[in-house]
This record gives sequence, structure tokens and C-alpha cells, in this order.
Amino acid sequence: MAKVARLARLDIADSDITHFTEQLAKVMDHFRDVDALDLSAVAPMTQPYPLVNVLRADEEQPCLDRDEVLAAAPAAEDGRFRVPPIIGLVD
Amino acid sequence: MANIPTTAAAIADAVRAKEMSATEVVEHHLGVIAQRDGDINAFNLVTADIARDAAKRVDAAIASGADVGVLAGVPIAIKDNMCTRGVPTTCSSNMLAGWKPPYDATVITTLNAAGAVMVGKTNLDEFAMGSSTENSAFGPTRNPLDTSRVPGGSSGGSAAAVAAGFAPVSLGSDTGGSIRQPAALCGVVGVKPTYGLVSRYGLVAFASSLDQIGPFATTVDDAALITEVIAGHDPKDSTSIPRPVPSLRAAAREGVQGMRIGRVTDLPEGAEPEVAARLDEAFAALEKAGARIVDVTLPSLSYALTAYYLIAPAEASSNLARYDGVRYGLRASAADTNAMYGATRAAGFGDEVKRRIMLGTYALSAGYYDAYYGKALKVRRLIADDFERAYAQADVVLMPTSPMVAFPFGDKVDDPMSMYLCDIYTIPTNLAGHPAMSVPFGTGAHGLPVGVQVLAPALGEVAMFRVGGALEAAGGAR
Repeated sequence: MAKVARLARLDIADSDITHFTEQLAKVMDHFRDVDALDLSAVAPMTQPYPLVNVLRADEEQPCLDRDEVLAAAPAAEDGRFRVPPIIGLVD
Repeated sequence: MANIPTTAAAIADAVRAKEMSATEVVEHHLGVIAQRDGDINAFNLVTADIARDAAKRVDAAIASGADVGVLAGVPIAIKDNMCTRGVPTTCSSNMLAGWKPPYDATVITTLNAAGAVMVGKTNLDEFAMGSSTENSAFGPTRNPLDTSRVPGGSSGGSAAAVAAGFAPVSLGSDTGGSIRQPAALCGVVGVKPTYGLVSRYGLVAFASSLDQIGPFATTVDDAALITEVIAGHDPKDSTSIPRPVPSLRAAAREGVQGMRIGRVTDLPEGAEPEVAARLDEAFAALEKAGARIVDVTLPSLSYALTAYYLIAPAEASSNLARYDGVRYGLRASAADTNAMYGATRAAGFGDEVKRRIMLGTYALSAGYYDAYYGKALKVRRLIADDFERAYAQADVVLMPTSPMVAFPFGDKVDDPMSMYLCDIYTIPTNLAGHPAMSVPFGTGAHGLPVGVQVLAPALGEVAMFRVGGALEAAGGAR
């Protein structure tokens, strides 16, 4: 569970890991009901209907207003999103 | 002030006929909200100023003789996971508290053009994950029929808003039953249209292959009216179906003479006895109205819960990766970006969202993908194939909407599996991409409402509304 939380970029306290593990173990137990099924000849279904590419004419169209978008960002600077350092710090 | 009608259709007729103004209508509903929403908590935000401005525009347009649209002056409540430009859209999550989207969802644009008046954004289980609205970061919504009980979920706020008379109609979203189940628990009509019938552009994504927007209403006619307005092709949603929308209001009045109604002989058990009894009465009522009951089997239905609770969390874990503290919403302070991601997501998401993200991440992770997600997709195919065989024999299938009537707060919230079982009869529809609606049909335990669910094949809305209308006429609706 700790590894899954790391993969999902979720900082979870050790005490919560125990709690979540217990709850999710019950759910995973229920999932065993499909083990009895022979699914070898069944094709997976990812979507209700087959997805098709939708294209439009390559013409300029109005888009979101940059200032309005950046106004909703936690931090912005010079017309861009601002984030904490990405490189240089290793954990 | 004139006596305000209770249905959207009658309000629009009266406003267009100048029997009352849109302003009078909206003031009435804002008054009811002010009086009672303190007890119910249906709304995350009441947009009184926006509603008054919209009503004034409708009144001005009518005065000038302009075409005001089929929903002229109709107050509508919107689930708070649909983007409204410049108006906070929170998904009932601390992650998005205060976020103002820079664009409108397509359904919002469509409703505005039709003359509807948004009165507020309604409460939900955080990011639409839940069946009781107890997972909201802003406190639960209470069932207007019994405030010690849940309204269902995840669109509990939208269901409660209609049941309490805060608005004649509202919009919700349904990924595994999130419109139909709260409709049943609050005694109103709820419709989940065919996947792709209504644009999802601007609906905050939970599970993209399952999500669909639909209406709540007090009558089948109003539900048909709203579905007709919001349905239609949208180039901004690549899964939107390019096909004209049939007349659903006419269908709701057509009757069921000669229709074949499917009764599932191998339905998964678990419905309360009163719920099962109301379903039997619904079959009898339809037979009396001229329909024929045919037995069908859906042998894979008992595996639907497993397929759904692997597929929906898998898609959610991917969709919710966007909440990383960079472009919008909450950001926790941290020394570097990687630490910021983990801290932001830990602070912003509630427990149920975290559980589903972890479940989905696990189901998709290396070494487990085939055993979980891959298998779930195959079970999804089995369920769709079952329905295809059933619909060769029947025009629609009838089932309970929810196995139980509205339950007390705290009953299931700490036991995820018992909460997930609330969706046992609603999730198969989402997996198949089909339409289904819940129609109130009598009462169950504690005198609380029971919903009967009408399921139909893809784009089978006409058949579905014919049966929905007949159930209402037989005495099911309030």
C-alpha cells in the first residue's frame, strides 16, 4: 500500500496506511468473485462504443484567455505557471 | 405574486405567456432556498445575483418580443462538478475550493441559450465518488423527506434541491448510479442518458468511459424536456453522438401498448422486501397498460460490481493525476515540485478519493494490470453481451434503482464495500453505455420513496420514456 501511495503521489501517514489497507482488503476480497470466470476468449471493452478520431479544419479559433487561466493558478509569473524547484534537490 | 407552478414545463409556458415574470419565479425559489437550505445543505453556492440577472434578461427579451427559448425563466440547480465560467466549481473538494473555471461546460451554454436560470451549484460526494453525499468536504446534504437520512449520491445536492422545491429541475452526473440512486432516495425522477447523448465538455472527469450528465425533475415530462434540451452533438466532446434527438416528451405520453418489458430472472439479490414488492407492482401496472412481460437473463450481472470498482477507480486515478498543485486548485508548500505533488494531494483529497486513487493505481500497476484492470474490461464485455441478448427479446428491462430506501447518516460511510453495494443495480447500465431512468413508485420501509428503474439499449430513450411515463401515470410519481 505504501508503494501504491508513492506511485499515486499521495503522502499518506503510516497510521492511515493501516486503516486504508484494512478497508481496501475487504474490497479486494470481493473482487475474487471473477476468478471463477473463463475469460480467455473474451475481448476487453474499454469504451461503450469504438472511439474514432474527431478532426476539425485547421483554422484559428478563439481559445481560453491566458490571464483568466493564470489568475486561477496557485502561482504565476511573467505569463507562466510558477512551481517550486524541479531539479537540484534529491530526496 | 402569481401562484408559481411546480414544473419546469408549466413555468416556461407561464413566463412565455407573460402570466408571470422570470423575476417573480426566481424570487420565489430563492425565498424557498433561504428558508430551508440551512437544514438541507443542498447547495455549495447559491448564485442569487447571477440568477436575478439572468431572469431580468429573460424578462427583457420577452418584453421586446424576442425568442426566449423553451426553458424561459426556469430555475435550475447545477451539480458542482460542471464548469461555470467565473463561478466557483469545487467538486465538493478542498482541492478545488474557490476555483473559478475559465469556461462554461457545454450544458451550461445550452441551458443559458434556452432561457434557464441557474440558482446555484449543488453539493456532491467529493469528485462524485460516493452514494450518500457524506463524502463532501463541505458537509453532507440531508434528505428533505427525512433529514436524519442521506439523500443518496453522488448527486445528492441536485436530488435534494428538486425534492425540496428549491428548483423544479436540476442537473447531475451519473458514473455508476449517481443520478438514479439519489433520485430514488429523494422520490424524484432521475435520468442517465445514453453515453454520448449529452456533451461531457466541462464536466469534471471522474471515469471518462462511464460519466454522463442528466436531469432530475418532479415529473417524467420535465425530465424529458431537460433531456431534449441538453442532448445533441458537441464537437468539443469526441464521444458525443452526431445524431438528432427524438421527441422524448411525446414518447412519455405515448403509452406502452404492445411493448415488451424484460423481467430479469437471475437478478442479484439484496433488495429490501418492500423494494421488490414495488417492482412487482410496476410490472403488473405495465401489463395492465397493455405491455407484455418477458423473462430475460443477465447471468454476468453479479460480476458488474467488481468490474465497475476496478474500471472506475482506474480511470479516476488517471483523471485525478491533474490535481498536482501546478495549474489550478490547492498547492501545499514544499521545498521541491515532487514533494509539493505528494503534500498537495494528501491535503486536498478526502479519504474516499484517496481510496479510489490507490485502488485504481494498484489495478493499473505493473504486474497486476492483467489480473485486475484487464480482467475487469473483459467482464464489462460479458455484461454488454448479456444486455444485447436481453434486448433481442425485450424493449426495456425493469429493475429496482436502489436495493434500499434512504439510510441514516453514518450507516455505511466507514465500510466502503457496503456503500459500493448501493450501486449494484445501477452500474451495469454505465458499463454498457446505455440509458436508464429512475421513476418514483410508491414507498418502502419507514414510508420512504422507492424508485423503479427502466433500462433501455443504447439510444433507446424513446422506449425508456414511454415506460417511464406509463409508470408515472400508474400512480408511481409523487
